[in-house]
Amino acid sequence: MSDWKSYTPVLIPDIPNLHEINVYVKNGGYESLKKVLSKDWTPESVVNEVKAANIRGRGGAGFNAGLKWSFMPKPDGGPRYLACNGDESEPGTFKDRKIFEYNPHLFIEGALIAAYAMQVTTIYVYIRGEYRSWILMMEKALKDAYEKGFIGKNILGSDFSVEFHVTGGAGAYICGEETSMLESLEGKRGYPRVKPPFPAQKGLWGRPTTINNIETLACVPLVIERGADWFSGVGAPTHPGPVLYGISGHVNRPGVYELPTGMPVLQLIDEVAGGMRNGKKLKGLIPGGSSTPILRGDSLEGVNMDADSLREAGSMMGTAGMIVMDEDTDMVEMLWRIAYFYHHESCGQCTPCREGTGWLEKILLKIKNGEGEIRDLDLLLDLTTQMEGRTICALADAAAWPVRHTINRFRDEFEARCKQSTFALA
Amino acid sequence: MANQYEFTPEDLQEIEDIKSKFPEVMPATLPTLWVAQRRFGHVEPDVQELVANTLGLPFSHVHGVATFYTQYYKEKKGKYVLDVCTTTSCQLCGGYDMLHYLEKKLGIKKGETTDDGLFSIQSVECLGACGYAPMMQITNDIYVNNLTEEKLDEVIKSLKAGKMPEFESVGMPQHTERS
Repeated sequence: MSDWKSYTPVLIPDIPNLHEINVYVKNGGYESLKKVLSKDWTPESVVNEVKAANIRGRGGAGFNAGLKWSFMPKPDGGPRYLACNGDESEPGTFKDRKIFEYNPHLFIEGALIAAYAMQVTTIYVYIRGEYRSWILMMEKALKDAYEKGFIGKNILGSDFSVEFHVTGGAGAYICGEETSMLESLEGKRGYPRVKPPFPAQKGLWGRPTTINNIETLACVPLVIERGADWFSGVGAPTHPGPVLYGISGHVNRPGVYELPTGMPVLQLIDEVAGGMRNGKKLKGLIPGGSSTPILRGDSLEGVNMDADSLREAGSMMGTAGMIVMDEDTDMVEMLWRIAYFYHHESCGQCTPCREGTGWLEKILLKIKNGEGEIRDLDLLLDLTTQMEGRTICALADAAAWPVRHTINRFRDEFEARCKQSTFALA
Repeated sequence: MANQYEFTPEDLQEIEDIKSKFPEVMPATLPTLWVAQRRFGHVEPDVQELVANTLGLPFSHVHGVATFYTQYYKEKKGKYVLDVCTTTSCQLCGGYDMLHYLEKKLGIKKGETTDDGLFSIQSVECLGACGYAPMMQITNDIYVNNLTEEKLDEVIKSLKAGKMPEFESVGMPQHTERS
């Protein structure tokens, strides 16, 4: 997108005090909710419209939100839940808090439309405990929406009723994993659940539950207002829509930027984020949160921020939380810190993850301290294959990928840090 | 020995409000631990017991939850807990420098508390403020962004005077500048 400056943000538009409900309503807010609650829309037609828009989950997995909604079983008169994931703990990710702060009612409206589409009885938004300031903002926004009659019994005179509550975590990365979040919501240690049964069958308190990311839900009112065709026409065809790019690291203007998907990564770094700090060269980029494989700075020509282009380049879209590293970055230090993070955050349920993350961290620490040997690199790579895909949730994979790809893509740097072999070759 | 900790009537009302959000009592565990920590400054085992008794849940459950989540203080901490983020983006932008500066300034290491009980320092995992690195959070509350040594000096000075920094809204760079 050459004229990115002319793009007008729609998820977080530049409207002063939009977080206040009156300002939001004055700017057309809650009109999409009114629209779906009118006679013209059935829950099924909402699901179909959202499915057609192809909103790919913005929490990292990139799954079609409408398709996910369609997995909910038919209502049986019992409680059904929508759990909104505002845990946002993947390093490099800091976008959903912008929605809580600047446009909370867009998210609330999206969640309400989702609740209507799936005939949900109660919505919970789970926000990481560290975001205390943003939890308070959401509590205020929900209170206002209740008072205006957008939440509660017989919303806007329709026969649709739903409750909506905020709840918070208390410091655990794993609670961003959907079933771990359900455990945490139920007041327990955040141990991920074995799937199946999937949450749509047995979620909160054994009842049908859908989990969606905050940004994903914030896209929903726009789809209803402007239509699925509009949404799927923005950005990359196979991964469409506006997206919040969180750009951090060694750039001049870090921050959250709303632009279409499919932006060239080099344009995001060089133009949008103001280029590299101190005129340094780009060495590496983690495109979508710390678990997505790092890409070499010299391999980014022609790579765009969408699932297909990033897969081809050898990485993933994740949360679009881009961590930019300049030529002075010590890849060994950087990778050790990521391994430390996953070791700290492993919940400890599954042995390959509990032990594996510990070994990754220990071996990398040894290499970082100049005590490593070349064969330790192969031991690390071997460990990653022993961890990947052998655990209940994807945390082990998330820990293994950065180790494997950083070593493979910056191997010379790791070898240079290892001790010279003392064994004779012959 | 009787439990030395007790909730105030306001706390108990807040706990009732929390319970009303859920179909069962157990989901109130995390929020009630928060109420307790805000009241007593920590959730030592005696406080966990108070939470368990108040909710009518086993102590073992509350203890299990309290020890799973890092934000609950299982032992007494300083009045101000300085959580310096050192995860990737903060690491790249000098998070460890900020941590070490604080350690030197306050004469303690991470994980320790000053003798006057005013400050504790912790090195923490990603706090979700990567664009404003390096940063820290004060006692599970306010985020202080874009740290420099000078900014840390100011914050420490203000905390010593009993004043918490105010919430700092970081705008969207795409939005027009507004005062």
